[in-house]
Amino acid sequence: MATLHTRSLARVMISPAVLILLVWMIIPLAMTLYFSLLRYNLLMPGLEEFTGLANYEFFLTDPAFVDSLVNTLLLVGGVLVVTVIGGTLLALLLDQPSWGRGIVRLLVIAPFFVMPTVSALVWKNMFMHSVNGLFTWIAHSLGFEPIDWLAEFPLFSITMIVAWGWLPFATLIILTALQSLDQSQKEAAELDGAGPISVFAYITLPHLTRALTVVVLIETIFLLSVFAEILVTTNGGPGTESTNISYLIYAQALLQFDVGAASAGGIVAILLANIVAIFLIRMIGRNLG
Amino acid sequence: MSSRVFPKRKLIFTVVGWLIGITLFFPIIWTILTSFKTEGTAIAMPPKFLFFDWTLENYFEVQDRSNYLQHAMNSVVISLGSTGLGLLVAMPAAWAMAFSPTKHTKNVLMWMLSTKMLPPVGVLVPIYLLFRDFDLLDTRLGMVVVLMLMNLPIIVWMLYTYFKEIPGEILEAARMDGATIGKEIIYVLAPMAVPGIASTLLLNVILAWNESFWTLNLTVTDAAPLTAFIASYSSPEGLFWAKLSAASTLAIAPILVMGWFSQKQLVRGLTFGAVK
Repeated sequence: MATLHTRSLARVMISPAVLILLVWMIIPLAMTLYFSLLRYNLLMPGLEEFTGLANYEFFLTDPAFVDSLVNTLLLVGGVLVVTVIGGTLLALLLDQPSWGRGIVRLLVIAPFFVMPTVSALVWKNMFMHSVNGLFTWIAHSLGFEPIDWLAEFPLFSITMIVAWGWLPFATLIILTALQSLDQSQKEAAELDGAGPISVFAYITLPHLTRALTVVVLIETIFLLSVFAEILVTTNGGPGTESTNISYLIYAQALLQFDVGAASAGGIVAILLANIVAIFLIRMIGRNLG
Repeated sequence: MSSRVFPKRKLIFTVVGWLIGITLFFPIIWTILTSFKTEGTAIAMPPKFLFFDWTLENYFEVQDRSNYLQHAMNSVVISLGSTGLGLLVAMPAAWAMAFSPTKHTKNVLMWMLSTKMLPPVGVLVPIYLLFRDFDLLDTRLGMVVVLMLMNLPIIVWMLYTYFKEIPGEILEAARMDGATIGKEIIYVLAPMAVPGIASTLLLNVILAWNESFWTLNLTVTDAAPLTAFIASYSSPEGLFWAKLSAASTLAIAPILVMGWFSQKQLVRGLTFGAVK
């Protein structure tokens, strides 16, 4: 019975969380929006003035913006391809009976818990180093010319480092979904003579659609904001070859102290993320019923 | 298929599974092994896998180079503090939404979720300036607050999905038996809510421990947690791989163990209940 008393009590219980999040959302957003309309550089205090949309023009016409937008899409897309395909295959494998399956599962999910600065530096030095890295040793052993991964293929290398961390996430979610698949359906199809490929295409895959969508959307939200891996490996370079939107805005704000341009960039980043967020929120909302 | 197990098939899946598992885990093994080498052995070509003189010196040197224990303590304080504070704010809210939902409950939940979609870089400038003006840069308090705000939506959501599973009838039964509200909470609800609260705590400590946007941008030394401390190895300084490995091993070991214990909750927490 939701009496008037319990209803107002409920409101009191909810309000701290709502108020805190409201303040957290509105104040910084309003400030970003306001700064984005100012000429404001931390190195020239006291010279702030209203400039309309000049910061947006500056940010959006900067060649670095187009580069970083492309890099962001390549990074997000690359990691998604690796983790979704790899994660599906791995989940199908881990769903099969085998000896020590529980331990293999622990090994597979471990990379997810490695902090980004550790994984980036370990990969950068101990694997991708052009003289002493393990990859260099493997290349030498097989008779190939070793590659200086982060100098020659910076964005690709970062994509692989990030994908290593997110593959477990995709695997774990897809595996969880696989395990809720009704086995009798599969057995019936097999009795009717369906091969493993048609079982996968017509029964397993449709069952996984929802989990795959969740993986893609949630990873996209996080991957749009990849930052630490770039900071500790390439600093966005060489040139802008591995600069994504997050890193570009960071550089504008805390390396060039251009508050106005960085804020305009921040608004652009928020708009980009929102495109994804709308789909994700709708989907989760539908599930909430 | 479970009625008929093909031993040959099972053997193949076992071999392939272990090969992939060990390959994916290998960077972690390699980090741990390297942490026990001397700096000279760490860069040896061809690399030494198991047969080298094992040493613990790196673990001591990590502490000498920079105050490792202080950074570890910062990580502990920031991750536990932000999660604890978050739970304190989120628990009443999730409780109320689960047990006396109104027609707005769903909208409130969705809106909370949408705040999580805000890319942190979008508010980097104002948060940085506010922190500067309020003297919060490089302080534990500042980091506790920011990470609490970052994780609050996840905490509310996780708690909500757990509380939602506590059957309401059990309350009515307790009430029929003459339990007061206080007794109801202590003897009936709390025992049922504890596992959900514990999983929420676990997952959010992990997330806060590994958070590497705000910790890198808002701390320098005093309040720098392990993420920022490890990042300081990005500027090369002679031979440092063994020391980096020792520092990394210490930074990831506790959280890896916690992660392994929370693998079930992980799916639920990170998908906001969309996949269970």
